[in-house]
Amino acid sequence: MWLKFEPRTEPSRSMRYLSPALAVVLMLICGLVLFSVLGKSPLEGFKVFFRNPLKDAYGVSELFLKATPLMLCAVGVSVGFRANIWNIGGEGQLLIGALAGGWVALHFGHSSSPLLLPSMVLAGALGGMLWASIPALLRTRFNANELLTSLMMVYIAQLVVSWLVHGPWKDPDGFNFPQTKQFEANALLPILKEGTRLNAAFILALGSLVVGWVFMNRSFLGYQMKVAGQAENASRYAGFSAKRTIWFGMLAGGAMAGIAGLSEVAGPMGQITEHISPGYGFAAMIVAYLGRLNPVGIFFSSLLMALLYLGGEQAQQYLNLPSSISNVFQGLLLFFLLGSDVFVYFRPRFVRRKK
Amino acid sequence: MPNPSSEIPRLEARGIRKVYPAVVANDDVNLSVMPGEIHAVVGENGAGKSTLMKLIYGVAHPDAGEILWEGKAVKIKNPAQAREMGIGMVFQHFSLFETLTVAQNVALALPGKFDLVALARRIEEVSERYGLPVDPRRLVHALSVGERQRVEIVRCLLSDPRLLILDEPTSVLTPQAVRKLFETLRQLAAEGRSILYISHKLDEIQELCHTATVLRGGKVVGSCKPAEETPQTIARMMIGEDLPVCQHGNDSAGGEVRLRIDGLSRASGDPFGTDLKDIHLEVRSGEIVGIAGVSGNGQQELLLAISGEEPVRDRNHIQICGVPAGRMHSGRRRGLGMCFVPEDRLGRGAVPSLTLTENTLLTAHRHGMLSKGLIRFKKARRFAEDCIARFDVKCGGTESEAKSLSGGNLQKFIVGREIMQDPKVLVLAQPTWGVDVGAASFIRRSLIDLRNRGAAILVISEELEEIFEIADRIVVIAKGRLSPTKVISQTGVEEIGIWMSGMWPGAEAREDGSHVA
Repeated sequence: MWLKFEPRTEPSRSMRYLSPALAVVLMLICGLVLFSVLGKSPLEGFKVFFRNPLKDAYGVSELFLKATPLMLCAVGVSVGFRANIWNIGGEGQLLIGALAGGWVALHFGHSSSPLLLPSMVLAGALGGMLWASIPALLRTRFNANELLTSLMMVYIAQLVVSWLVHGPWKDPDGFNFPQTKQFEANALLPILKEGTRLNAAFILALGSLVVGWVFMNRSFLGYQMKVAGQAENASRYAGFSAKRTIWFGMLAGGAMAGIAGLSEVAGPMGQITEHISPGYGFAAMIVAYLGRLNPVGIFFSSLLMALLYLGGEQAQQYLNLPSSISNVFQGLLLFFLLGSDVFVYFRPRFVRRKK
Repeated sequence: MPNPSSEIPRLEARGIRKVYPAVVANDDVNLSVMPGEIHAVVGENGAGKSTLMKLIYGVAHPDAGEILWEGKAVKIKNPAQAREMGIGMVFQHFSLFETLTVAQNVALALPGKFDLVALARRIEEVSERYGLPVDPRRLVHALSVGERQRVEIVRCLLSDPRLLILDEPTSVLTPQAVRKLFETLRQLAAEGRSILYISHKLDEIQELCHTATVLRGGKVVGSCKPAEETPQTIARMMIGEDLPVCQHGNDSAGGEVRLRIDGLSRASGDPFGTDLKDIHLEVRSGEIVGIAGVSGNGQQELLLAISGEEPVRDRNHIQICGVPAGRMHSGRRRGLGMCFVPEDRLGRGAVPSLTLTENTLLTAHRHGMLSKGLIRFKKARRFAEDCIARFDVKCGGTESEAKSLSGGNLQKFIVGREIMQDPKVLVLAQPTWGVDVGAASFIRRSLIDLRNRGAAILVISEELEEIFEIADRIVVIAKGRLSPTKVISQTGVEEIGIWMSGMWPGAEAREDGSHVA
C-alpha cells in the first residue's frame, strides 16, 4: 500500500480558514501529552501554560506587549509573502531597526522635542529597510534567492549587535556588561496604562494592521502584488513591474520589523543589549501563516503566539521546564499548520502497489 | 466501406450519463461505431465530446449507462485497460519528452521489454506501411508539430488498436499535411479499424467521416451521414440555430501605420524555441492583418516581443503609434493604446483564483478604476458586468473566479475586456481557439467592427479559415521568418499552405527540414 496525495481541484474555502484552528487544537493535545511524558500533570501544565499568564489585567497587558512586535513583523512579511517574496530575515531587520532607532535614542535622548519619538520610529523603519534592501538588491540585480540571502543577513545582524554592545556602544558605567546606557525618559515610548509595561507601540501595531488591510485589499499596488504572487505570467502580461513588487515586498517587511525592534529597545528594555529579541522575527512568520496572511487573522494569531511566549516563561518558573518549551510549542504549531494545509490542498489516497 | 447491418458494433455506448458537480456533461448518450467506420463526434465547446471520450478511454467513469466492446458489456477502469482492449487515443496536446528520441518516447508508453533496436525497426515498419514518415532516432525537440503528431499516431498503432480516437487532430497541420493525414486514416479504416474523430471543422468531417454524432448540451441531438449534409446543416444541428454570417465588408487599404516591426531578430529564450529572424511588418489603422503558420514556428516569440512581456533591446525594432516601444514593458505599451489577447487564458490572460471583477483590473485599470492608488471596485464591477453582458459570457456573475469559467467563456471575457478598452492597436493570439462556433463568429464580428472604427488589428492564428474570413492582408510565419504580405483577395489556401512550409518566393533555401510539417 502506498499513500498518495492528489491535488484537490477545489480546496474548501472554509477548511482553509479552519486549518489554523485545527493546528492549535492539535498543538494543545500534543502539548498535553508532552507534559505528561515529562512527568507533569497535563491539567496542571495546561493551567500554568495557558491560563496563568492571563489571570489578571497585568497579564493581559503583558500579552499585548509581547504581541506588539509579532503583529508588526507579521503584517510586514505578509505583504511580501502574498507576492511570493520570501523575506525570512525579519529577525535581522528587527535587530538593525533596533540599532538605528536606538542610536537616535542614545544621541538625542536628552532632547525634549516632540519629534524625538517619531524620528526614533522612523530611524527604526529605515534601519530595517536598509537591511532588507540588501537581499532585494541581490534578487533584482543578480537573481539571488532572497530566501537564502535574507536569512544569512540575520546572522550578520546578530554579530553586529553583539560587536556594538561589547565594543563601541558599551555603557562605560555598566560594570562591563554587554549593554548600552539606559535611554533617557524622553526616549522611551509612553506607557499606555500606569503600572504596566504596555506602551504606545501597541497602538502603532494595531494601526499597522489597519493600514496593512487597506493596502492588501483596496490598493492597486496590493492588487499587483497579489497578481504577482498568484500568476507571474499574468503579471508580466499586464505589465506590472516585477522589480517593484520585490522591492516593495522586501522593504515593507524590513520597515515593520525595524519598528518592532525599536519598540523593544525603546519599550520594555530601555537600552540595547545582546538579547533584543527572543526570535520575534522568526515567530512572526508562523504568526503570518497562522493568520492566513490576513491582518485580521494576524491580530489573533499574534496574541496566541504571545501567549506561547508567556506560557513558556511560566512553565520555566512553576513547572521547572526549560524555556525552550515555547520553541517546542511554536514548532508544533507550525508543523500542524503545514500538515493541515497539506490535507486542505491535497486528498490522501491509498493505492495498491502494482507489481 | 462498413456494412452496418451485418456486424456487431465495435463500440457501443448506451444511455451514458456523467454528472460533474456543476454540470451534467453527458446525458443519455448513445453512440455506435462499426468496424471500419470513421465516426465523427461534433459539438460546440462544452457539448460533452471530451467527457464522452474520457469515459471510453477509461480516464473517467460513467454514472449510468453501459459501454459495449464488440458486443460485450465492459467496465473500462483506466487507460491502460482501454489500451489492452484495443483502444488507442491521440490527444490534442502531445505528451512527448523533448529531450528523448522518438524510439525512446515510444518505449516509455509500451509495456513489455525495453529493446530500442527492435522497437526502432517496428516504428519504421509501421510508419512505412501507413505513410507516416518518422525517423525513430531523431530527438523530439527537433521535430515539427506535424511530425510529433505522427509519432503519437505511430505510438498508438504499435499496440494494434481496433478503435482509434483522435481529438482535434488537424488544428496544428498545414492544409497539405491534413490531406496526408486523411489518406492514412482512410487506409486504417479500410483495414477494419474504427476511428472516432472529434472535430469542430465541419468541412473536414464532411470530407472524411462516414457518420457523425452531434452533441449539444451533453445530449445527442442527431446523427447524420456528413456526405449528405452541408456544413450549414450540421452547424444548425450543433448550435440549434443558423450560424450567424460574418460580414467582412470591403477590403481595407488602411490608414496610418499603428504598429511597425522593423528588422526584429532575436534568439528564443527557450532552448527548444524558434529564433526570430529579421521580421518586418506594418499594421495600419482600419485593417486586420493575419499571421498564419504552423504552431512552433516563432509565433510565441513574436508575441512576447510585440506585447512587451519580453522587451527587445533596440527600441526602434517595435513602434506603436509612431513611438519607439521596443524597450517598453507591456504596461507602458498598453499606455500607448495597445491591447493584447494572449493564447493562454488561465494564468496569463487572467488570474485563475481572482474574480472577474479583479481580472478586469488586470488590464482595464487605466479606464477610471483607480483613484489615488486605491481601487474603485464599483467601476471595475460595472466594466465586468458590461463585458459579461455584451460578450455573452456564461458565468455566475462578476464575482465568479476566472477558473470556474469554461475555456470558451473565459476567452470571450478576455477578448471583450480588451476590445472594450477601445484600443488603437489590438494584437490577438488564437482569438477563437476552443471557442464554440457561435461565440467564435461573434468574436470575429466584433473584431471587424473594431477595425471599421479605425483600430489596427493583428491576429496570429493557426486556423487558416479564420484568417481568410476576417483579415485584409495575410502573412505567413515559418522558421522564425515572415513571408511577404498578400492582400487576402489575391491569394488562396493553396498558396498560403505552401508558404506555411517556408517556401515562399525569395525565401532562403532551408538548411534542414526541421520546422516543416
